[in-house]
Amino acid sequence: MTDIMGSAPVPASRARRSSLMAQDALSKRRNAAEARFKIYGIVAIVIAMLALVWLLISIFSVGLPSFRQTFLTMPIELPADKLDKSGVRDVAVMSKVTTVGYAAVIQAALEKAIKEKGIDVGTMTPKDIAGVISLEAPAQLRNYVLANPELVGTTIDFEVLANGRIDGFFKGRVTMESAQLDSNVKPEQLVLAEKLTEAGIMAKRFNWGFITAPDASDQRPEAAGLGVAIIGSFYMMIVVLVLSLPIGVAASVYLEEFAPKNRWTDLIEVNIANLAAVPSIVFGILGLAVFINFAGLPQSAPIVGGLVLTLMTLPRIIIPARAALKSVPPSIRDAALGVGASKLQSVFHHVLPLAAPGILTGMIIGLAQALGETAPLLLIGMVAFVRDYPGMPLDGFFNPASALPVQVFSWTTRGDPGFVERASGAIIVLLIFLLIMNAVAIILRRRFERRW
Amino acid sequence: MKSVKLGASIVAMAAVAATAGYARDNIQTAGSSTVLPYATIVAEAFGENFSFKTPVVEGGGSGAGRKKLCEGVGENTIDIANSSSRITQSDIDTCAKNGVTEIMEVRFGYDGIVFASDIAGPSYAFTPLDWFNAIGAQVVKDGALAANTNKTWDQVAGTLGTKPIMAFIPGTKHGTREVFDTKVIEAGCKEAGAYDLYFAASTGADEAAKKADAVKGCHAIRTDGVAVDIDGDYTETLSRIAANKDAIGVFGLSFYQNNTDKLQVATMNGVVPSAETIAKGEYPVSRPLFFYVKKAHLGVIPGLQEYIDFFVSDDIAGPNGPLAAYGLVSDPELAATQAAVAAGTPMGPLK
Repeated sequence: MTDIMGSAPVPASRARRSSLMAQDALSKRRNAAEARFKIYGIVAIVIAMLALVWLLISIFSVGLPSFRQTFLTMPIELPADKLDKSGVRDVAVMSKVTTVGYAAVIQAALEKAIKEKGIDVGTMTPKDIAGVISLEAPAQLRNYVLANPELVGTTIDFEVLANGRIDGFFKGRVTMESAQLDSNVKPEQLVLAEKLTEAGIMAKRFNWGFITAPDASDQRPEAAGLGVAIIGSFYMMIVVLVLSLPIGVAASVYLEEFAPKNRWTDLIEVNIANLAAVPSIVFGILGLAVFINFAGLPQSAPIVGGLVLTLMTLPRIIIPARAALKSVPPSIRDAALGVGASKLQSVFHHVLPLAAPGILTGMIIGLAQALGETAPLLLIGMVAFVRDYPGMPLDGFFNPASALPVQVFSWTTRGDPGFVERASGAIIVLLIFLLIMNAVAIILRRRFERRW
Repeated sequence: MKSVKLGASIVAMAAVAATAGYARDNIQTAGSSTVLPYATIVAEAFGENFSFKTPVVEGGGSGAGRKKLCEGVGENTIDIANSSSRITQSDIDTCAKNGVTEIMEVRFGYDGIVFASDIAGPSYAFTPLDWFNAIGAQVVKDGALAANTNKTWDQVAGTLGTKPIMAFIPGTKHGTREVFDTKVIEAGCKEAGAYDLYFAASTGADEAAKKADAVKGCHAIRTDGVAVDIDGDYTETLSRIAANKDAIGVFGLSFYQNNTDKLQVATMNGVVPSAETIAKGEYPVSRPLFFYVKKAHLGVIPGLQEYIDFFVSDDIAGPNGPLAAYGLVSDPELAATQAAVAAGTPMGPLK
C-alpha cells in the first residue's frame, strides 16, 4: 500500500478549489451530460407513447363502430302457401324453399310496413327498397323458420340486418355525396333509411353477432362476425396448453435438476435458445410437411394449428420455466435431501411448487404470443373462409376453423369498405384477449411469487 | 402429478383420434385471390340452401392453389383450385406424377382489369401505347430503343394532362400482372414498333427464341420508381392512391365497382370498362376465370358435384345472379359449361 499522506503535494496551479456553493467546469459538464441524457430518455418515452396512442386511437376510432349495427324490426307474415308446400310443416319439404323465396317474403313485409307507416317512397323501384335490407336477412329468416316450423302461417316480429352501406350511413362512412358516386347504394335509399328510423323500424343497437356470428362473404360485410375465429383460436390454445405445459415442464425440470452437465446438454440448451428465435413461418412449413403431408391430418383444422403453435411456443416456455427453477435457492433442495427426501421428492414436493408461479407466467405469455400468431397458419390452410362452427371437442379439433389474427388478415384484404371497420373491431377483440391473459400473468406473479 | 397424467392421456387420445382416420365432410378449395370473393359468395349461398357443410375457401394465389391441387389424391388434399389464369403444362405434369390424372376445367366467367385514379383527380383516356410509353423500360426514340425518360403524362400523349406519371401495378406473383403485361404492355410495345426493334436486336438462335426475347424486352418495366409493384392486394393499391392523388392503379373490375365512391375509371381505346363491354369483347383488358376440380374426389367428398353444379348455374353465375352483381362478367357460353360440369367431362390436353 502506498502512503497517500507522504506523496508529493499537488501543485497549486492544478489544485482543485472545489466549493459546494459554485460548480467548476468539470462538474458543470457532468451535470449537463446527465441532464441531456434525461432529455433523451424522456424524448424516447414520448415517441414510444405517441406511437402507442396513435395506434390505439386509429384502431379504436375505426373499430368501435363495428360493435354496433343497424337492424330493422318489423312484422313478417310467413305465408304457408309459399314456405310450406306440404302443409304438414315437414322440415324436409320446407327446406326446398331457398333463400330466394324468403327474400320475397321479407320484401313484401317491408313494403307493407312502409305503407302502414305512411312513408312516401317516391319513384323507388321495389328492388331499391329491398336493397336497404342485408342479403343475409333471407338466410336469418330461413334458419329461424326451419328451426320453428310451427310458426308458418303466422305473423312474427322479426329483426333483420340492414345493408352494410345503410349501416355505414348511420356511422358516417357513407354520405349523400359518396352515395351519388357509389354504384352499390343510391341517395334515395339513404333518405328512405332516415324515414324508417323516424318511424321506429330501423335502429342501431349493440351487435352480439359481431362476436358470435361466422364470417360472411364480400357482399354482406354487415353480417360478418368473429364466432368461428374465436372458437378456432380457443381450440388451438387448448391444444397448445395441453401439449406444451407437460412437455415444457418435463423438459425444463429434467434439464435443470437431473441432466448431467456435458456437451450434449450444452448442445440442447443452445438449440432451445436458437429455436426461440426462429421466425414463426418456419414452423408453418414444418407443420405442413409433417402434420398434413406426412401424418395425414386435415387442412384448416385447429389440431394442426395447435400442434404448429406448440412447436413454436415450447422453447419460449422452457426458457422462463428453467429460469424460475433456477431462482429457487439450493438451500430448499438441500433441506429436503437432508431430511431424507429422494431427489424426485425434493423436486416435485418443494422446488416445482415454489417455481410454479414463474412457470405459469411464462406459459401464459407464451400462449399470448401464440394467440397473436398468423404466419405459420398461412401454410396449413387456416387463412380461409370458414362459415360452419367447428363441433365439440375432440371432434371439433379436426373440423375446419379460422383464428382471430387470421380473421383480421383476411378482412383487411376484402374489397368492400365495410370490412375496414370489421378488421379494426377484430383487432380490439384480440387486444382484449391479450390484455386479459397478460393481466392474469401479472396477478399470478404478484400473488404467488416468492423472493429470497 | 395428476395433471401430468391427465395431459399425457389427452395427448394419447388425440394421437389415436388422428390415426384412426378422419372423414372430411366439407369441400376444401384454395387459389386465386381474384376468384376468392366469388367463391365465398357461392360457398355462403351453398351452405345456406343445401344440407351440406359450407365449403372452406382459401386464398393464396392462382399458382399456389393449382400446386396444392396437384399434391395428390386424398382427404387431406384440396378438391378445387380457383385460378385467374389457365393451368400450365408443368402443373398438369406435376398432377399426373402425383396421381391426379383427371382434372375438370370450369370457366365460369370473365374479369375485367381496369385503370383507376382518385375520384377528385382528372379523368384519363388511355391506349395500350400510352401505357407502354409511360412505364416501358425502353421506348422508341427516332427509330431506336432508348431509356424511358418520360416524367409527365403530356410527354406520353398531349391529351393526357400534365400530371406526373405514377403507376401502381400488380406484383409479378399476381395473375392480374400477366394479363396486364400481355394485353396492355405487349400490345403497346407492338404498336410502338419496339417489338420489332427488340426482335431485330435479339441474338436468339431461331425465330421462337427471338420472339421470346422480344416479348421479354417488351415486358421490362422501368425501375426508376415511376411504376411501383404492389405485392399485396387491391386494398393496398387503393390506400396508396388515397395517399398519392396523382397516381393511377390497376384493379379488378369488381373491386372498382365496390369502390366507385373513391375511384374513377379510365377508358381504354375509348371504351369504358363494364360487364357489357367486356362480354361483347370491346374492352380489351379482360381474362377468363377458372376453377379446376379433382375428379377423383367427386362422389367421395359429400356435396362436391352439387357445389360445382350450383356454382355454374344460371341463378349464381348467370347475368342476373349474385356473382354478376358483384362484378363478374358472366360467360356467354355458360350453357356449354353447365353441360360439361353435369357430365363430368375432364379437360383434354392444353392447346
